[in-house]
This record gives sequence, C-alpha cells and structure tokens, in this order.
Amino acid sequence: MISVTRFATTAVAFIGLIGFSLACSKKEAPPAETTPSASAAPVAAAGPVTLQGSGASFPAPLYSRWFREFGEKNKDVRVNYQSTGSGAGIKAFIEGQTDFGASDAAMTDEEIKQAKDNVILLPMTAGNIVLAYNLEGVTDLKLTREVYAGIFLGTIKKWNDPKIAASNPGAKLPKIDISVVHRSDGSGTTFVFTQHLAAINEKWKSGPGVGKSVEWPVGVGGAKNDGVSAQIKQTPGAIGYIEYAFAATTKQPSALLENKAGKFVAPSLQGSAAALAAVELPADMRAWVTDPAGDEAYPIVTYTWILAHKKYDDKAKSAALKSVLKWSLQDGQKLSEGLFYVPLPEKVASNVLKAVDTIE
Amino acid sequence: MASTGMKAGPDLTEAFRSPVSRPPSAWQKNFDVAFKYLAHAFGAGVVLLLGGVVFEVMRHAKTAIADYGFKFLTTSTWDANRADFGILPEILGTLYTSILALGMGGFLGITVALVLSQGFVPRKVELAMKNVIELLAAIPSVVYGLWGIFVLVPLLRGPAGWLNEHFESIPFFSTRLSGPGILPAALVLSIMILPTVTAISREAMAAVPKRLAAAAYGLGATRWEVIFNVTLPTSAGGIFGALVLGFGRALGETMALAMLVGNANVFGFSLFSPGNTLAALLANHFPEAGNVEVGALMYAALVLMLITLAVNALGSWIMLHATRELKGLG
Repeated sequence: MISVTRFATTAVAFIGLIGFSLACSKKEAPPAETTPSASAAPVAAAGPVTLQGSGASFPAPLYSRWFREFGEKNKDVRVNYQSTGSGAGIKAFIEGQTDFGASDAAMTDEEIKQAKDNVILLPMTAGNIVLAYNLEGVTDLKLTREVYAGIFLGTIKKWNDPKIAASNPGAKLPKIDISVVHRSDGSGTTFVFTQHLAAINEKWKSGPGVGKSVEWPVGVGGAKNDGVSAQIKQTPGAIGYIEYAFAATTKQPSALLENKAGKFVAPSLQGSAAALAAVELPADMRAWVTDPAGDEAYPIVTYTWILAHKKYDDKAKSAALKSVLKWSLQDGQKLSEGLFYVPLPEKVASNVLKAVDTIE
Repeated sequence: MASTGMKAGPDLTEAFRSPVSRPPSAWQKNFDVAFKYLAHAFGAGVVLLLGGVVFEVMRHAKTAIADYGFKFLTTSTWDANRADFGILPEILGTLYTSILALGMGGFLGITVALVLSQGFVPRKVELAMKNVIELLAAIPSVVYGLWGIFVLVPLLRGPAGWLNEHFESIPFFSTRLSGPGILPAALVLSIMILPTVTAISREAMAAVPKRLAAAAYGLGATRWEVIFNVTLPTSAGGIFGALVLGFGRALGETMALAMLVGNANVFGFSLFSPGNTLAALLANHFPEAGNVEVGALMYAALVLMLITLAVNALGSWIMLHATRELKGLG
C-alpha cells in the first residue's frame, strides 16, 4: 500500500514538474533575430521584422529564392518560409501561427470564414502539371483528352490501345500494361490535376472527383513529386503527373496534351502563359484555370497563392510584408523562368499589386 | 557484529571508519531517497506518457468512432472528399506484410543466431558478423525505402514477371509487379527486423548452460541433435520473445513501407500487387488532412495500437504456455 501511495505522490510531483517547465517555456518569447540594419530599408520599422510563413511545397524553391534575395537587399526584414504543404499552410495561417500562408488550392469559402474573413488571396506565380511517362523509343507521345482521362480512370489499360495509336501514327507503342502512378500524400498538385480531369470528363467528375487526395481507380502511389518521378523512371510503361519544374530538371519525357481548342501542346512556360492570359482574374483573385481556351494554351496549369491578412495588428509586420510582396511581384517575377515557374501576366501582376496595397 | 568484535579485544575504530561499516551519512541517506523518488518518477513518467498518447488519440478519434463505428473496419474506401473512410485493406495489408516479413526475417534471423552462437565459425568472425548485423538496425528507414525503390524493385521485376507468366493461376502470383508492392515491402521489412530477431535469439542461445549441451554430447548426441533437442527448446522463450518484438517492429514500420508498398487502397493475396498499411496511410495523409480526415486517421491509429497490443499480449500468452512444455516444465 505504502509503495502505491508513494508512487502516486511522485507521479503527481512529476506532472507538476512538467507543468512548471511548460509554463516556463511559454514565457520565453521567440527571440527576435538581431541583424544589424546596414542599408536604409524601405520599411520604416524600428528594428528588424521577422515574418513567418508556411505552406505549399510546389512554389517553395521560388519563394525561398525571392525571400533570400529580398533579405539581402533589405536587412530589416527576415522572411522564414517552411514548405509544409498547402493544407498545413492554410491551417497554420488560420490558427494564427504564421503571418502569411501559401497554397496551391485557393482557400474555400468555409476556410475564409474560419479566418474571420480577414484574409486576402494573392496569386504569386503559376506552374504546369505534366504527364511524365516511361516508354522506350516513344518520344512526343500525344494524348487526347479522352485518352488521358481514360488512362487515369483505368478504362484504357494497354499502351497499344487503338485510341492511343490513333493520335500517334508511326509510334511503336508496346503491348504492355499502363502503370499509373499518382501521389500517395495529400497535395495541391493532385487537387489541380483532378480539378482539370473533372472539368474535361464527366465520368471523372461523378467518380473520383476533385481533392487533395482522391480515391484513385487505378495505380500505385508515390510520396511527393520525387517519389512519383522515381517510380515512373523505374517502371517501364508508367505514366504519372508531376510538376513541370520537376520534369524539366530531371529531363523526364512528358506527353503532349490535347487542349480545349483540339491542339496538342507540349508543356512549356509559354504555353502556360497563354493559358493564364485567357482567364480573367475575379475580384477575390480566386481564378481556376481548369480548362484554358486558346490554341497555344497548355491545359493543366494553376496559379499558386499567398494568403495574407487584410489587417495586421502589428503595423511593422504589415509594412514589411507589403514590401516583400511588392518586390516579389515586380523584380521577383524575373527569377521565375529560370526556376521553371510561369511569370504572372502583366495585367494580373498589376491587379495583385493593387490588392497588396490594400493590406493594412 | 560490532559487540562481538568489541569482546575480542582489538581496536575496531579503524574498521568503523571504513566506508562499508560506517553508518550512512545524512548526505548518503538523502541521496538514496532522492534517487528512489527519481526512479519512481521516471517509471511513472513512462506510464503517464503512454496514457497521454492514448488519451489524445482517443480524444481526436472520438467523433470518427461515433460517425463510422464498426463499418470503418470492414469497408475499403478512403475518400476525403466524400468523408467516406474505411481501413479494411490497410488492416489486412499491415498483417500480411508483417507476417510475410516475420516468416522470412524470423527464419533467417534464428538461423544466423544459431551460426553465431554454436561455434560454427571462429570467435573473431562471430564477433564481426554480429556487429555487422546489429549495424543494420542503425540504417535509417528512408534509406531502406530508397534502396527498395532503386535496387530491390528492379531486381525483382524479372523473376516476378516470370512467375506471373507461368503460375498465374496461383493467387500469390496472380498480378504483374508494376513497381512497388507487397513483396518488395515485405522483403525490406524482413531485413529491418533481422537485427532484432538475431540479437535477442543469439543472447538466448548463448545463455543456455554449457553443461546441458555437454551432457547431451556425453550421451552420444550429434551437434544437430544437441541444437534441435537441447539448445533450441531451452532458449525457446527468448527466441519467441525475439519474434514477437520483430513482429511488433514490422507492424509499426512507416517510412520504408510508405515508399514501397504502393499506397493503393486494395488488398489482394498476390505478392506483386500494390497494397497499403496502416502506418503508411497515416504518414501519407496526415500532413494535408482536414478536420474530418484527422479524426478518421486517429481512429486508424487507435486500431494500429490495438493490433500491436493484441499481438504482444497474444505473444506473451503463447510464450507462457508453449515454452513450459518445450523447456520440460509442463
């Protein structure tokens, strides 16, 4: 009996200890970065400002480049961006853990409501999603809208299917199974891809539907872009969707897709720019380019957004964020192409700049 | 003691000063008490930590359990858009890959342990091999996953294709290996549990008293007779414990499986078809999950914990009953 009571008292003491240490650690505010301000920054803040952001992994390479270059020019502002994924980014932003968020899928009405309507969506850059494939000896594979939807629906199973052969005269299509590879983790890339499939195919719309992860009718899942990309490279007869930047840097062959105008278009930055130019940006900046029109438009393209508050309590923060965003929308856009992102069309960029100005 | 010593005459003050016979100082007493409480606190801490984890998981899973109930365990859709969740393929996939891994890794592990404990190889080689195998445990699981994708899967493709072509009627070979799947996952798992199984069963075999084996040799037994009739039965408890631990490790393994199992929401007996496991499901879906999906994932985590608990309990129970007989105590 004695030992039991002793055990209990020590347990209580232990809890107390943990509670105490937690209480202590809470008091320690995150130490502000103390970098000496050398240059006269455009931000009229007293001391350096640190902005925390997290979210989409797809634009992360471009964002980190922007924020690094901006930080070099403006020592008063430091931006920490963590690529945690779109969903996590939105969550952290709503819960107030970050100063800004980033997402490949614009926030839904419900999410905006959760953020007490104090949110503004800013398209910052855009990108393609390509269908990379692994077929020896087949270059410039052309896929019609019906075919690539059919492949991901599992209705077209072999590479020598007459429907594929019809749009690829002369190509030596092997008589092997099509191995579909999709993302196993929830991702903005999947959201954009399924959104496009739903826009062009009724069966997809009523079947798997649109989402960051869906119930795939066929195929195996790979984790992240690199997982999918590795699996396509390893598997003869594989096809899967990855981001253009990824396919371009790993030199993976990707299919030419039939667009709304009935033309086969290879993924390229020009093709995406053409697609984006065809879409009018609404007032809330939530433009879905699900099936762009135009002869040169590459069909699967998306904006990616930064989420900011309309009003910040800390004016130094809002001023810093505004200067970062403005720089990214002007000078920053010139860095996009080198990293395989689509620069915003000029009209869009100037609209977004106006929106940035409304941040308080 | 002291009083009898006093009667004998010699001066014992010196003896009283020695650290052993001197009564403990106040500092020593306090240190002892403090140490005891510290030990109690850490012991309690472990229990509380586990309790906290279970409580937190259950708190988040509560609504999902209420919403999906038993149907969650028997359906096989995972569709976050329609909030329709079921984990039957994941439960079966977890058990299937783990059992396969235990079959392969367990057999290999025990065999290696025999080689390393029964004097088959010189002492130095024994030591070297033992260390190499224990090093396997230090390889990060993401490396196992990459090795699986880039080395194992391409190696398996040829033989798997041949088996599928010639023995398609056997359910185990009924599909084509398109890349990741049950077999590569189970193979990598079996390598991952090898160090656990080998190290523990080797210790158990080495702990068998030498005179038992010597007695058997004295009665004219051969080396294999000694191994099968004396060493293995005597160390059965330890070997069984090693297998249970290895199985537990296989059930919970996440990263390598998320990379190799194929992450497809289906279950088939074919070794070459893609599948999914509970741990891989959790790893893949957590980062982007919304509120409803998090609830379902927590429910799945709870199921995984229960499976592991059940396996450990069953293992202990079997060990208690089966080894009595093997050890000749029954």
